[in-house]
Amino acid sequence: MDIQLTINDIPLTVPEGTSILDAARTVNIDIPTLCHLKLNEMHYNNNIASCRVCVVEVEGRRNLASSCSTPVASGMVVKTDSLRAIQARRAMVELLLSDHPKSCLTCAKNMDCDLRALAAELGVRAISYEGAESEFEIDQSSSSIVRDPNKCIRCRRCETMCNEVQTVGVYSAVGRGFETVVKTAFNLPLNQTACTFCGQCLAVCPTGALTELDQVDKVWKALNDPNQFVVVQTAPAVRVALGEEFDLEPGTIVTGKMVAALRRLGFDRVFDTDFAADLTIMEEATELVHRIKHGGRLPLLTSCCPAWVKFFEHQFPDLLDIPSTCKSPHEMLGVLTKSYYAKTLGIDPKTITVVSVMPCVAKKYEAARPELAQGAETADVDIVITTRELARMIREASIHFDHLKDQEFDHPLGESTGAAVIFGATGGVLEAALRTAYEVLTGETLEKVEFEALRGMDGIKEAVIPIAGRDYRIAVIHGLGNARTVLEKIQAGESNYDVIEIMACPGGCIGGGGQPYHHGNMEILKARASAIYREDRAKPLRKSHENLAIIGLYKDFLGEPYGKKAHQLLHTSYTARKKI
Amino acid sequence: MKLKNTEDLNALKAQSLKLIETRRVADTVTSKNTQGLKHVMVCGGPGCHSSGSPGIAERLEEELNQRGLSEQIKVFQPGCFGFCEKGPMIEIHPDNVTYCEVSADDVATIVEEHFIQGKQVEHLLYMDPNTKERFASNIPFYDGQLRIALRNVGHIAPENIFEYIAADGYQALSQVLFNMTPLDVIDVLKDSGLRGRGGAGFPTGVKWEFTRKSQADQRYIICNADEGDPGAFMDRSVLEGDPHSVLEAMIIAGSTIGASEGFIYVRAEYPAAIHRLKIAIAQAREYGLLGKSILGSDFSFDIELKYGAGAFVCGEETALIHSIEGARGEPTVKPPFPAQKGLWGKPTCVNNVETLANIPAIILKGADWFASIGTEKSKGTKVFALAGKVNNVGLVEVPMGTTLRQIIFNIGGGIKQHKTFKAAQTGGPSGGCIPTKYLDSPIDYESLAAIGSMMGSGGLIVLDEDDCMVNIAKYFLEFTMDESCGRCTACRVGTKRLYEILTKITEGKGTLEDLENMEKLCHIIKDTALCGLGQSAPNPILSTLKYFRDEYVAHIVDKTCPAGVCQSLLKYEITDKCVGCTLCVKKCPMSCISGSTKKRHVIDQERCLKCGACMEQCRVIGAIIRH
Amino acid sequence: MCDSASPNKFAQKLDDYIDSLTYKKENLIGILHYAQEIYGYLPDNVQWHIAQKLDIPSATVYGVVSFYSFFTMVPRGEHVVNICTGTACFVRGAEKLKDELENQLKIKAGETTPDNLFTLETLRCVGACGLAPVMIVDGKVHGRMHEAQAINEVLAKYRPES
Ligand SMILES: Cc1cc2nc3c(=O)[nH]c(=O)nc-3n(C[C@H](O)[C@H](O)[C@H](O)COP(=O)(O)O)c2cc1C
Ligand code: SF4
Ligand code: SF4
Ligand code: SF4
Ligand code: SF4
Ligand code: SF4
Ligand code: SF4
Ligand code: SF4
Ligand code: SF4
Ligand code: FES
Ligand code: FES
Ligand code: FES
Repeated sequence: MDIQLTINDIPLTVPEGTSILDAARTVNIDIPTLCHLKLNEMHYNNNIASCRVCVVEVEGRRNLASSCSTPVASGMVVKTDSLRAIQARRAMVELLLSDHPKSCLTCAKNMDCDLRALAAELGVRAISYEGAESEFEIDQSSSSIVRDPNKCIRCRRCETMCNEVQTVGVYSAVGRGFETVVKTAFNLPLNQTACTFCGQCLAVCPTGALTELDQVDKVWKALNDPNQFVVVQTAPAVRVALGEEFDLEPGTIVTGKMVAALRRLGFDRVFDTDFAADLTIMEEATELVHRIKHGGRLPLLTSCCPAWVKFFEHQFPDLLDIPSTCKSPHEMLGVLTKSYYAKTLGIDPKTITVVSVMPCVAKKYEAARPELAQGAETADVDIVITTRELARMIREASIHFDHLKDQEFDHPLGESTGAAVIFGATGGVLEAALRTAYEVLTGETLEKVEFEALRGMDGIKEAVIPIAGRDYRIAVIHGLGNARTVLEKIQAGESNYDVIEIMACPGGCIGGGGQPYHHGNMEILKARASAIYREDRAKPLRKSHENLAIIGLYKDFLGEPYGKKAHQLLHTSYTARKKI
Repeated sequence: MKLKNTEDLNALKAQSLKLIETRRVADTVTSKNTQGLKHVMVCGGPGCHSSGSPGIAERLEEELNQRGLSEQIKVFQPGCFGFCEKGPMIEIHPDNVTYCEVSADDVATIVEEHFIQGKQVEHLLYMDPNTKERFASNIPFYDGQLRIALRNVGHIAPENIFEYIAADGYQALSQVLFNMTPLDVIDVLKDSGLRGRGGAGFPTGVKWEFTRKSQADQRYIICNADEGDPGAFMDRSVLEGDPHSVLEAMIIAGSTIGASEGFIYVRAEYPAAIHRLKIAIAQAREYGLLGKSILGSDFSFDIELKYGAGAFVCGEETALIHSIEGARGEPTVKPPFPAQKGLWGKPTCVNNVETLANIPAIILKGADWFASIGTEKSKGTKVFALAGKVNNVGLVEVPMGTTLRQIIFNIGGGIKQHKTFKAAQTGGPSGGCIPTKYLDSPIDYESLAAIGSMMGSGGLIVLDEDDCMVNIAKYFLEFTMDESCGRCTACRVGTKRLYEILTKITEGKGTLEDLENMEKLCHIIKDTALCGLGQSAPNPILSTLKYFRDEYVAHIVDKTCPAGVCQSLLKYEITDKCVGCTLCVKKCPMSCISGSTKKRHVIDQERCLKCGACMEQCRVIGAIIRH
Repeated sequence: MCDSASPNKFAQKLDDYIDSLTYKKENLIGILHYAQEIYGYLPDNVQWHIAQKLDIPSATVYGVVSFYSFFTMVPRGEHVVNICTGTACFVRGAEKLKDELENQLKIKAGETTPDNLFTLETLRCVGACGLAPVMIVDGKVHGRMHEAQAINEVLAKYRPES
């Protein structure tokens, strides 16, 4: 049923159940919001109505209505721009700021902070209601995320994201009254909780209360150390999002400029994590075939997402034998750099620093996992920075990013195929694996390489694909809540999948916690995904097993896929962990 | 034994009547003298209980036993009589004699004089403080009161379902189940004009109708027994004194709106009420009044108790629902209203205890009867917990439209120690203070709102000349600040800031600009807060500012507290009456009094804490003065 | 630390109670009431245990426990002294009563004496407003607590004979 109403004297008709906020947007009135976040395609809706900055006047109502949470009603007369509403909005921001560190100048979120932006938009020039300010401890316990509850505006986006979308349940509002704040269980430091470090909470946090652990300085230090050979690698999802940090349209592919910028920053080699993505396909596809042949446990679960890995270690410790043992691609590239490539160059692996530029904050944690190292001193990957941190480095180095001339990755660990690029979007890993599996198993050439059934934003996608006389039942999952649903089925013995791709972040790595903030705009994620597929189409080679550098690597160094050497360097194991 | 139909119920009623014949229970039974049988009702209400009534009942039983009177004279412990000020109270039926401020030591005298010698124990009778007249019955406190919600409280033994049944209990239910359609019930409620007693005053019939109309496979009834208003105990008295009336009304509600389950959300701070409710529920189940096929009808309904855990905001219906669901008691935005989407997403009707307690009476006596009581828009009666600086603290039920003056000066017996009335606070933390000039305005929903207060749940606190209105406002703000659920900005930070400004003012550090800012913030919080708690939290400030602005100004400009309450603004001084005994010197925690023996002492004002210890100590009248 | 409320001591009892419930997650508050009754308070590991048992995040349990003032995460003393700070008591001198109790017990409201004998807390209205100001010791109401002497006498009843 449609509802007729007027907003600021503009008559309009919207479907029943629409909020005043959404109704106003249809007539180009953007009422400010802080707590509200509605990502339809991700089924993420934070409708807590706690900030009260979206208030509007509704005729006949005693008090103001929060537009984000008030449905339209027939004949409603709304004023969004009355003095009363504007003053109330300003007062809400002032109240929030009265209990907030005024440290925008040095805040990690400053240019991306919704609160600061709103204060500016509303012309808040003084804080009329000063008083006591909260004093919470800052949590820097993990290698991924910094929590500064003093900057928290209690919008509870993180809580909804972590508890409902990801079903990890790290956060809860704690306490009552002025003391209320979002905390972990028993106020434990994040590294003692079941946090997966997926970073989705910080991706939606409107303020500097949740940020990534900044590693930029470590990178500068390595770059300035004459005794270090500094190698950088970039994940597939970075190249389709980095441009946003330099005001390019979302979905702009900046691979060439990114490589050029990394060289200017002084990295000795610029490699592509995509190379290792192709390698992962070789290993994982072989592992799958091996399991099928030898009656191993199915389904095989992908393991390239460290947040997902930590999730199953905490939540499904009884299923540790089903995920693939493959390390994630950047870890593979790291270990190859320090073994294969170090040998080629004839330098001591200890003098190599591997920096990964990732869309991800979980990879910071992953790099610090002790088993992902060759001995105590040589971690496979030394430093992980996010897309955002790379952008900051580029700005800090005063590089005119959008004027850079495209450059190419270094050889040989910079070679990749289209199959690797699509790792960045949900469904990509399996699509890439199918391209290889099909040809390996049938010996025929795959003409139509695009598997549309695996693309798109649905949380759980399923397909049955016949290859060489066998039906492969596959599923593609993004978002940990969706993963839980499927894992519970597996646990109960109700599933008959052969292989499942799981990515922690909604949308896959293009929506990772280290990407430029999307501020709730889903169009940005869609643009990134379509860029990924464009990049794939533009590649001359689109199947991992066609990657000549990979073929060479197996021939010269690794031997057989899933062989002994490969096992030693490219595979890992998992640990059961407690649920907190 | 399950009652299988109306006849069973009526038979049980006929059998049970003798239990209460001796007494006067509402207007069902007028006391008849049945062969010398006497009932001694020892008030078991919260006040009397605390001041030792269980001990009195015990002693009475012993004493009567010893004297071989226990067959003839029975002792009961019903709920609150209302006149808590003079507790512990006992009432003797059918003699119609009430004794006040009884102690266990009086028991022997009572038995000897009243029961054996047959004369009244004079010194235990109520004495009017002004006329010194003694009253055995018809105590002026009860003049002008009309008991509907409290009809059985104090008159029946709450742990005995037979007494309730004898007092017309479950008759309304039987009417509803067998002689009325749900729409009839809704019409009766609508016509009666009954409005919610939980605070907002929403018409109960309309709420039931809404809930009934919401499409769903399940609906729920919730009785809101969270009574969080600090200084109010109306609902508690009903739950403890007449639990079955609440159950009966909930069952009626269930059959009317189409719910098969009900919950009573009761504060954990009320263990006695919980105990009584548990007993009542078990009895109702035993007699087929709860459970499957109630009274043999095709209607089934059951009730579960849920406990609060110390959060005022859980009285707000959406917060209450979340609390029942096992979550933090945070309110959510309405709409959707609970009637549309409540407990576990199903249509839910939330009603207050007192609202419910009225319903069986309305069904039995009809909408017209109820609507004939009260004012045009507020029908029936309202129970108030009268407390503060009033002579007769207690529980009063008066017809809507009764004036404050009648309640405070007639029923309440005026102000304690002949002090001057300053204001009456109604509506608790959401309400306001009513000054002298409105003493004659009638109490109903609209009139109270018009003068900046509200009906609220029925707390009525009387303030006198010794109360500082700024301090009172600060008290309520401290309450709402502590009890804010912390969800929304307006209330979480806003109430804290209001409290801080009030603290500044009471410490003499406030400015007129603060006052202006505070007033502005009050209006903004009312306008923006998510739920009723925040929306009404500024009311105590706004109403005191409206009527007692001069007190605020005195604190700010003159740096004095006219009522002499705000410590930081007090000044202690030693006058020339001082004889130099040095007693005060020894007591002063700051050692800021100096002077040699037998000489006039002085207080170092800079260091003085204004604790008043010196003044308490000094034996010479007028040697230390406070101003 | 070997305190008497060792969280595992009653685990069986608690589990039995939880197992007896038809609805579990929905009864979180009831379960917490029960746990506090047997343990005397709700230490982290008891909360964690409940979370595991109900299969809900421990942060959720912690969020609930920290919300309701009835729940305590620190052990209380042998006797709990509550001061009513309801309005009726407030206007009849609850503040003075509180000061006096803090003075006599040498602790602030919310604290426990070093000898673990008394915990001082506040609550709002127990319905005995006629006796204002009131203090409640272990559930027993003591009214008209105006005088230091009277307060002292009440406390003395709970002190061990020396
Ligand atoms: C902060 C707040 C506290 C409340 N506390 C109570 C309460 O203790 N008891 C009550 O019956 N209603 C209370 N209410 C009102 C309820 O939300 C609800 O309106 C009422 O229970 C409905 O019942 P009624 O229609 O029978 O009055 C409170 C409301 C607010 C906003
Ligand atoms: S979180 Fe936002 S408002 Fe707060 S200090 Fe950082 S930039 Fe400023
Ligand atoms: S924004 Fe204002 S305060 Fe901040 S650096 Fe610029 S001039 Fe200074
Ligand atoms: S990083 Fe992911 S798992 Fe950890 S708290 Fe944030 S949303 Fe939850
Ligand atoms: S941490 Fe961030 S997302 Fe979470 S409630 Fe605070 S401000 Fe909101
Ligand atoms: S989906 Fe990608 S970005 Fe997100 S946690 Fe996993 S690896 Fe990191
Ligand atoms: S007004 Fe207060 S109690 Fe109500 S939701 Fe907001 S913070 Fe919670
Ligand atoms: S009021 Fe207290 S501090 Fe001041 S002089 Fe008297 S005893 Fe000393
Ligand atoms: S106690 Fe009174 S009389 Fe004695 S020294 Fe002090 S002020 Fe003077
Ligand atoms: S955006 Fe509507 S209340 Fe926060
Ligand atoms: S408690 Fe006895 S009269 Fe109120
Ligand atoms: S206010 Fe203290 S008992 Fe009611």
